[in-house]
Amino acid sequence: MTKYTLNVNGKDHTVDADPDMPLLYALRDDLGLNNPHFGCGLAQCGACTVHLDGEAVRSCVTAVSDVGEAKVVTLAGLGTPEKPHPIQKAYVDEQVPQCGYCINGWIMTAAAFLRDNKKPTDQEIREALSGLKCRCGTHMSILRAVKRAAEMA
Amino acid sequence: MTKFDKSFSRRKFLKSGLQAGGALVVSIGMPVSLDLLLGINQALAQSGRPPLTPDQLSSYIAVNADGTVSAFFGKMDMGQGLFVAIGQIVAEELDVAFQNVKVIMGDTATSVNQGGASGSTGVQMGGRQMRVAAAEARRVLVDMAAQQLATPVDQLTVADGVVSVKSDAAKKITYRELIGGKFFNVPLEWNKQMGNALYAPGKAQPKDPSQHKVVGKPIPREDIAPKVYAQSNFNTDIRVPGMVHGRMIRPEVAGAVPVKVDESSIKGIKGARVVHDKDFIGVVADREWDAIKAAQQLKIEWSSPTPPFFDYTQLHDHIRKADVHKRQDNKPVGDVAAAFKSAARVIEAEYEWPFQSHACMGPACALVQITDGQATVWTGSQKPHFVAAGLAATIGLPVDKVRAIWVPGPGSYGRNDADDAVMDAAVLAQAVGKPVRVQYMRDQGTGWDPKGPASIHRARAGLDADGNVIAYEFVSKGFSRVDVDTNGSKPAATLAGQLRGLPLAYVDGFGTPGESYGFPNKLVGWETVAPLLDRASPLRSAHLRDPVGPQIHFASESFIDELAAEVGADPVEFRLKYLTAPRDIAAVKAAAEKAGWKSRPAPNKANPSGGTVSGRGIAYSQRSGTVVAIVAEVDVDRTTGKIWARKFTVAHDCGQIINPDGLKHTIEGNIVQGVSRTLWEEVTFDANNVTSVDWASYPILDITETPESIECVLINRPEIAPSGAGEPSTRAVAAAVANAVFDATGVRIRRVPFSPERVKAALS
Repeated sequence: MTKYTLNVNGKDHTVDADPDMPLLYALRDDLGLNNPHFGCGLAQCGACTVHLDGEAVRSCVTAVSDVGEAKVVTLAGLGTPEKPHPIQKAYVDEQVPQCGYCINGWIMTAAAFLRDNKKPTDQEIREALSGLKCRCGTHMSILRAVKRAAEMA
Repeated sequence: MTKFDKSFSRRKFLKSGLQAGGALVVSIGMPVSLDLLLGINQALAQSGRPPLTPDQLSSYIAVNADGTVSAFFGKMDMGQGLFVAIGQIVAEELDVAFQNVKVIMGDTATSVNQGGASGSTGVQMGGRQMRVAAAEARRVLVDMAAQQLATPVDQLTVADGVVSVKSDAAKKITYRELIGGKFFNVPLEWNKQMGNALYAPGKAQPKDPSQHKVVGKPIPREDIAPKVYAQSNFNTDIRVPGMVHGRMIRPEVAGAVPVKVDESSIKGIKGARVVHDKDFIGVVADREWDAIKAAQQLKIEWSSPTPPFFDYTQLHDHIRKADVHKRQDNKPVGDVAAAFKSAARVIEAEYEWPFQSHACMGPACALVQITDGQATVWTGSQKPHFVAAGLAATIGLPVDKVRAIWVPGPGSYGRNDADDAVMDAAVLAQAVGKPVRVQYMRDQGTGWDPKGPASIHRARAGLDADGNVIAYEFVSKGFSRVDVDTNGSKPAATLAGQLRGLPLAYVDGFGTPGESYGFPNKLVGWETVAPLLDRASPLRSAHLRDPVGPQIHFASESFIDELAAEVGADPVEFRLKYLTAPRDIAAVKAAAEKAGWKSRPAPNKANPSGGTVSGRGIAYSQRSGTVVAIVAEVDVDRTTGKIWARKFTVAHDCGQIINPDGLKHTIEGNIVQGVSRTLWEEVTFDANNVTSVDWASYPILDITETPESIECVLINRPEIAPSGAGEPSTRAVAAAVANAVFDATGVRIRRVPFSPERVKAALS
């Protein structure tokens, strides 16, 4: 066990963990942040996605010892009902999720993508989100929401 | 939406209405005193609620101290917005504002067993009960108001929970003033059925649909914003003090059992403990990551059984040759054998469907707490009332000492792995004497969930000299849809039960096509084959969204298309020639019209023989009163074999529509999931075990493959009681795509999934 300082959603936290423990478990079990979810542990689905210095990464395969001083932002840190990120607002407006367990992947990935791509084409949106999983099949409304968010930005 | 209330205390639960058998008997109209302002859990502690039985109005409806309404619902929403529809129905019948109705779902301490999420009956059966309960509540409230206002009932009117005198609006009284914070004590006429069939009306007649103001409106879901802002919990997020983490260990060879366990192999992991009970084996540890490591590191010597399976490529040969365990036919129409004998031509085809996995977004999770002869489980299972019974039997408690609290889980499309996780957590919690949270790992979620059954379907038709269908036969043969029960109420239907010695107690079940083709001589039926492994099988079959519907209708609606092609008829016109039910005809016509369907036979002879070609196909189906017709338009890359299911037009008739917006989202989800199952999904296995264990080995539809558009034609029939919408629109997707592929290429693909390799091989 080693002590690590993690900067999460703007605050420093210290966790005592095995170096190889994925960041996901530090966020969920040590910090009590429930929003990143365990989906596969294999970086195949996106349910655990967080931002590390603004880049969307899969926290289920990111060792806590590899985070270093990078700033971690989770879905809870992306925006609030009072100050929503455009993709969050669009998600509510489009009534996207069914079960909703997948949304970290789509929202955190789309947020990072839209920051760097102001006017994406439909095809670019699809390519940017490729590989993420939604088992309920809400793909149509996911695409509508990302397009709506792009138009808001 | 239900929310986990962190202030809930077990002590209050012990004193709750569950145990308060002797309720106060108060005459109708005199409510039992109780203050709901404190919230549901505190309210239960007051022992004032009449018993939670199906024949009590208070089991469904309460007016809270603040005038809002609680609707206690014994079914639950799996993400399609069912609770909004229920709220609309209750608001409509009670004459209160929709936003003042809170639907509280799936907690055995607050709702009776209305069957859980089951067979698209949320509105059809569950809503029917909530409708009559709310109507009865309104009747009782108006009766009470009549006394208070000294005015006959027929001179009163109700709006937004305020009862007023028609001729003098100043004379009024509110529901809150009449009963707020107290429970109804009004008996209902219960039909003595539990589950989906439960029905307990009062004396009131529900409103005529022509009076509806809230039902039929596109009201959005209020549970989405909390999810999007990370403010609501999934069942995976529930924690209780003193809780430890559990993980299960499954064998590499299905059917193998642990014969020697080296507990010293995990002694370096803090708090790690082995729970080994007969063939059940799992670990717990204080920290989640430690439990995962312990499960990986524990040295187990497994038995070496004969490999139970064979390579999955032999699956359909196996089904073809396997002994028939049970056959069941619908009542035949006409003289089928004689008609085939007299036929000028006989057309035959056989279709194949693989095992498919629920493959939920997250593997199942459950948290079980057992203290002082009481147990509580937090579960994502879509049938918590049944789970409570299974848990009670698993750990040897009376069922009334078990509370199951449903909290939304990581997806649920039938009898997935959620019920198994509950029993695993229960066995672990009982063994270690602490609350245990179990979450499966991905390979267990996909590899070891109960599977949608694999099947073959034989279709045969006799045509006369003019090309009319005079004989028709359609027989499915496959694994039962209920190798394990549709719910977790019986330990024998769960992995934990089977690993602790109970053999699989499977039931034979399949199904027949839902259609109204009026062929003069017709036989439809099904046959089941025995499970491949009689205990703890990763290929045990169970309900997966629209159980056996996609299988059967892929075959039956592909075959109808084959007949149309055989006689050179347009596929829509061919169907309309034989369909008999007016709503079926209307749905097929509506889909075709909206899609701009032009009459011509398939395949499209104008298509080139190379490159990417396009086609259109139609398929239709009934399901428990709902009719869906789907036109699919596809592009097929003849070089790669890749199919893009580009556009869908869906005509959907489920009688009265409660919420058109929720319905549209539900249809879209079903179409996309249906396309995924059609194009990609197949559980692979070898002689030893299932080899589909993650998203790489069990691919689903990628966002890049999403249709360009899904057009919905919502056929609203307010005069017809609502039927289901949760599953029917997934039913005919595979056939619509198959028929479009045939139209595009002239090649008929009779085996799902239509993976690029399979399509390419078929086209070459």
